[in-house]
Amino acid sequence: MERRTFLKGSMAGSAVAVAVGAGLLTPQSVLAAWPKEAFEAKGVDNAMSTLFGSKDSAASKDIKIKAPDIAENGAVVPVSITAAQSGIESISILAAANASPLCASFDMGANAEGYVSTRIKMGKTSKVIAVVKAGGKVYSASKDVKVTIGGCGG
Amino acid sequence: MAKGIKIRATAKKDSTTVKALMSHPMDTGLRKDKKTGKVIPAHFIQEVKCEHNGNAVLTALWGPAISKNPYLSFKFKGGNKGDSIKISWVDNKGESASQEAQIR
Repeated sequence: MERRTFLKGSMAGSAVAVAVGAGLLTPQSVLAAWPKEAFEAKGVDNAMSTLFGSKDSAASKDIKIKAPDIAENGAVVPVSITAAQSGIESISILAAANASPLCASFDMGANAEGYVSTRIKMGKTSKVIAVVKAGGKVYSASKDVKVTIGGCGG
Repeated sequence: MAKGIKIRATAKKDSTTVKALMSHPMDTGLRKDKKTGKVIPAHFIQEVKCEHNGNAVLTALWGPAISKNPYLSFKFKGGNKGDSIKISWVDNKGESASQEAQIR
């Protein structure tokens, strides 16, 4: 119960301040490419605009998201994305209800196939959104994942 | 801190599948230490570079929402048995690790 209340409280706002504070200590020179603003953006639309310059994306059936319908542990949600587009530049994973929805963004090299798999944390039940940038266009697909235990805490 | 990266790369026909497990706490900066009540500062991997024979195949940019001891898998075209796969990461504290493995 204690953990649950903490999770709710931390989602509200204090969390962001801490994240920003920690970010200031980061040696940014080493990681010039890391899109700090996109990772700290609140809400899917903000994260999308920061990352791609626009919150709009075309829904695509060529993107397949493999994730559990019900995740028993929100701290470890396996997500695999398969995209059939040609010329994929990047694949990003967003968890819609997380305080900062952007989980990961993968820049694909010329030989990389449209597939990535990783494990993400999800604060609560929400959509997992896969965003694929290919040929200058932005495509997306989403899948609902029900979380029974929150994972934002760790 | 254990800085190991476990890599398994297998070539099948003209496609190579790489699976990697990294050892990292991936603290979000939101969690509190149960004993002291203090917030554990954010500590997470920000960038993972994957190279095949020295050519960048994939660069992963991660936020704190990636699970503890991160798992990453990807595929790429080409790659033969014995080729080198190198994976390296840098976290938000400037720590880093890298590991090389051969495609099997």
